[in-house]
Amino acid sequence: MKSETGFDHALYERFPTDKRPDSEVDALNEIWKAPTGWRRLTAVNNNYVGFWYVVTAFGFFLAAGILALGMRVQLAAPMQDFLGVDTYNQFFTMHGTVMMFLFAVPMVEAIGIMLLPQMLAARDLPFPRLSAFAFWAYFVGGTMFFMSLFVGLAPDGGWFMYPPLTSIAFSPDINTDFWLLGIGFIEISAIAGAIEIIVGVLRTRAPGMTLDKMPMFAWAMLVFAVMIVVAFPSVILCTMLLEIERAFNWPFFDATRGGDPMLWQHLFWFFGHPEVYIIFIPAAGLMSMMVSTVARTKLIGYRLNVLALVATGFISFGVWAHHMFTTDMPRVSAGYFSAASMAVSLPAGIQVFCWIATLASGTIKWTTPALFVVGSVVVFTMGGLTGVMVGMVPFDWQAHDTYFIVAHLHYVLIGGMVFPMFAAFYHWHGMTSSKALSERVGKWVFGLMFTGLHITFLPMHLTGLMGMPRRVYTYLPGRDLDLLNMISTIGAFVMAAGVLLFVIDCARRFRFTVHDDAGNLYNGGTLEWLPTGLYSTRSIPLVRSRDPLWDQPGLSQEVADGRYFLPNSATGQRETLITSPVMAEPQYVQLMPGPSAWPVSAAVFTAGFFLSLTVQAYPFAIFCGIVAVLSTLRWLWETDRPIKQETAEIGGGIEVPIAITGSSSHGWWALNTLMVVIGMIGFMGVFAYLYLYGINPEVWSAPPPLGQTVLILTMEGLAFVAAWGGRRLLATKEGRLAEDLPWMMEALAVGLLAGALYFDITGWLETGLAPTMNGMGATVFMLMVLQAQVVTVAIIMAAYLAFREARGIMTTPTNVTMDVVARFIGFCALQGLVFTAVTRFFPGG
Amino acid sequence: MIEAVWGWPPPVLDPAGPYSAQVTTLSWALFALGVFVTGVVVVALWVAIKGPPNWKANLGGERAIWIGGVAFPGVVLTALLIWGLTLTASLTEPIRGDEMRIRVTGEMWWFRVEYLDPDGAVMMVDANEIHIPVDTPVVLELESADVIHSFWVPHLSGKKDMIPGRRTLLRIEADRAGEFGGVCAEYCGGQHALMGFIAVVHEPAAWQSWLADRMDTLANAAEPVAQESQRYPGDADLYPTEAEYLERYDARRGYDLFMETGCAACHRIAGSEANGLAGPDLTHIASRRSLGAGILPNHRGTLIGWIGDSQSIKPGNRMPSYDRLSAEDLGHIAAFLELQK
Repeated sequence: MKSETGFDHALYERFPTDKRPDSEVDALNEIWKAPTGWRRLTAVNNNYVGFWYVVTAFGFFLAAGILALGMRVQLAAPMQDFLGVDTYNQFFTMHGTVMMFLFAVPMVEAIGIMLLPQMLAARDLPFPRLSAFAFWAYFVGGTMFFMSLFVGLAPDGGWFMYPPLTSIAFSPDINTDFWLLGIGFIEISAIAGAIEIIVGVLRTRAPGMTLDKMPMFAWAMLVFAVMIVVAFPSVILCTMLLEIERAFNWPFFDATRGGDPMLWQHLFWFFGHPEVYIIFIPAAGLMSMMVSTVARTKLIGYRLNVLALVATGFISFGVWAHHMFTTDMPRVSAGYFSAASMAVSLPAGIQVFCWIATLASGTIKWTTPALFVVGSVVVFTMGGLTGVMVGMVPFDWQAHDTYFIVAHLHYVLIGGMVFPMFAAFYHWHGMTSSKALSERVGKWVFGLMFTGLHITFLPMHLTGLMGMPRRVYTYLPGRDLDLLNMISTIGAFVMAAGVLLFVIDCARRFRFTVHDDAGNLYNGGTLEWLPTGLYSTRSIPLVRSRDPLWDQPGLSQEVADGRYFLPNSATGQRETLITSPVMAEPQYVQLMPGPSAWPVSAAVFTAGFFLSLTVQAYPFAIFCGIVAVLSTLRWLWETDRPIKQETAEIGGGIEVPIAITGSSSHGWWALNTLMVVIGMIGFMGVFAYLYLYGINPEVWSAPPPLGQTVLILTMEGLAFVAAWGGRRLLATKEGRLAEDLPWMMEALAVGLLAGALYFDITGWLETGLAPTMNGMGATVFMLMVLQAQVVTVAIIMAAYLAFREARGIMTTPTNVTMDVVARFIGFCALQGLVFTAVTRFFPGG
Repeated sequence: MIEAVWGWPPPVLDPAGPYSAQVTTLSWALFALGVFVTGVVVVALWVAIKGPPNWKANLGGERAIWIGGVAFPGVVLTALLIWGLTLTASLTEPIRGDEMRIRVTGEMWWFRVEYLDPDGAVMMVDANEIHIPVDTPVVLELESADVIHSFWVPHLSGKKDMIPGRRTLLRIEADRAGEFGGVCAEYCGGQHALMGFIAVVHEPAAWQSWLADRMDTLANAAEPVAQESQRYPGDADLYPTEAEYLERYDARRGYDLFMETGCAACHRIAGSEANGLAGPDLTHIASRRSLGAGILPNHRGTLIGWIGDSQSIKPGNRMPSYDRLSAEDLGHIAAFLELQK
């Protein structure tokens, strides 16, 4: 086999090595132990953070479910007064928003954080403090967002919040701001988690776990995280645009001033449709793993299944406008989006038949996970079929925005995500609970949920064809809708009874633990079922197949005896093994940060910042913002320190470096991912500019003079050179060149960028263009706002770099902090060049 | 209750025009396919789990995935797509331009309806009701006065959004006379749920006479009246007689109240001083089938109820409840409005 990194595969033959002393386990326990008492909240181990994350997400599932029951009571009979119109509209908006943003996406991300390290046999995810930050930001932000309901200020514009209904003219209260700022903020948490997962899956797999031996869930999470990174920037941008329109009157969506309400729909659905697959794909990954365990055989069609996941991810970015068939789209566009919507059901078909084929090749054991898995296949297929129906343009014209769609999306999401999630709860709870849940109760849970689901949602197909639109707080009598709605309401309570039974069983039997867990209840074959502690597995196994525990019966004992990689702590600190992205060859030992209160503080004050903005407490918002930034810097301060030990023995006499820099480092990978996120926000910003030009070219005016444009472009170009030069100077290793000049070069670069931005803004203002004037002004100045955001971050980074240099903790010739800062500033310069060129050369001139 | 226009059988499957009929055919085909594929998957699951060993063996390999997950859906979806695209194309044929035109504007939460003459000028204004002749293609110019709405009469056609700053066109045609319910399908705020209308399809002669009656009203009102006294005493058709009404309801008194209490600020009655444009035009209100945008039948009782307490019927709608008026005064206004045909 050809090596990816030059690592000699013959070295793998040295494993398993001899048994290692047990004292190493005590050392590992000591190094990885979590703080006790209230300081437990500062823990960053994935066992804790992942578990809290899952519990919180499930809490939001219950809360949003209760809202749904309220709505079903209101709709049980015509013209009822159980919830008033205002409350109902807040309920359905919160139900959709909470289920999508506070339950579904965080839940799959939480399951990822909980399971991935163990599944990949890593000690933890690569950035434990980032996971902790993501969780706390989500927990605090989500809770405050939900609280808005109790003061009657919850958003009421529907989960896709179309302007102009959500513009200041028609929604003058702060309900909408809660949504825009709350959701925008929670997206940040999702993106933080996604970066963590991408780097985790690609760089922290056990040696030998090549991409084609990766568990299906890891594949799914990789596709999931990449999709988040590409899709979420779009919703972040559109929430920013609408909030700025509401707060400062910049007319992005105002048709009377050269804006266009349809811009929102494009930006929202470019995120919104992939969102559905973002939710479904991880669940499909869980399904593939559970199907194999349930049938007690290997997954049939592994490669096809991977291909299907990747294809789903790709195609899902080309279907967004199928939510807009009724907006008078050109025929050709409608045809394209219809075809893409058909195409995206092919990979779904592949997955369903992968599961069926796997079940057929094995022998099923009727456990609770098995019931949920099989039920999920049926329900998801039914939802997929109605999806094909509404992918047909003429049928969609009838079904769109009716209860037919409500039925369709619930079948897809419950079959595609909720049932797999319950199956996963049962399948994996043995990892975190000392007692097993009841199988007998579990079957009742499934039975109630499965029948309740059909009683609730099957009649809704008909209700929709009867002409009942979605999002109605009531309906008139005498339209033959009464009986169908009453049946749906009864079904909703049947389903809720199933969920309640699950909660009761959890209260009775579930006991959280990290050490003496109930274990591998259903006999799974992947690495998460190795014996583990807080440090994950004692040693990191060499992976030779897709189901190592089935294929190597002695593996668990060998791993526990320390006969594989990294059987101890090589440096006396928290660490994990970083491997190469494709072949998973050992590359270096990464040092990992331990528990810290700073990520928690950063998250709480970031949440405080956004909440204060919502209620217009601007001074307090600024205070929170500053504390959040300082907390983040403080948390980073302890990382990237010079270390004496340069290499470590990772077992079998193999020596690898510790904490490397440059393009192989995990920090470099994370930064690149972050730049994709920011780049996508900028790209969508440019899209908004060109889109409004396409719709309303008559409001476009001439750009500032060419000489000024050339000056700005030159400054941005020089900034790029300076940023890159700083890093080169550091590599000269000696004297002032390597000490003071590098950070000065970075400071110079940010200075140039700030100057360029100043000239850009004043230049446009001199032409008489103002952001409140029209769609052109709004989008031109919005691009400068985006640039100002990254330049601000760059300034903070440059100052941080200077501070580190002053404290003498910069290593030469290369340094991760330097790499990160220089690359980020270089990115800012490139973004500035693009924005300046687009607005000044095209199409304004 | 306005029962005739909604109810069983489901309007989507009970077409009243050529456009919706084609979609109904497609719908049945899609439902049949859905039931069939669900059946296939359930049977496949059964075979996979409990089936005879040789069946299981056939199903338990990659071949099953290629057949069931790739080949079968590939063929079916391609066929469907061709049908869908062809149908989309035929339903979106370019509009000829000589069709009868009606402009419908979505407002929070009702529909303004303007009948256009061949030159595009507004010839008559109505609300929450669209009258068209049978077997005649009609082009609707859909607009919005505030937020996004969506126009939907499932018996006649699919829906189309009403978007601020744009004008979307929807062609409808009916092949049988009758009354068909319509609604706003896009969530448009508070009272989205109670934003409906009625499409009334007439036989051609009946449509002509319906239109002629409306035009008569306008012709008689063409001279703006300087003083209300000029309008009523001289016009025997409009002035109520004792025999027609209970004596306590006096349309003349109703007219005064209408002008004095503020109704006229938002509503227009052609030929009178009432020129408000915020609310529905009331020139022909007595000829309409419903009140409150398709939610109440239109008679004196509902009219009185609506004026006196519209906020209980449709909370948050833009018309205040005139609960400060006495029951008697409300009756006068209703009596007056009942004359506006």
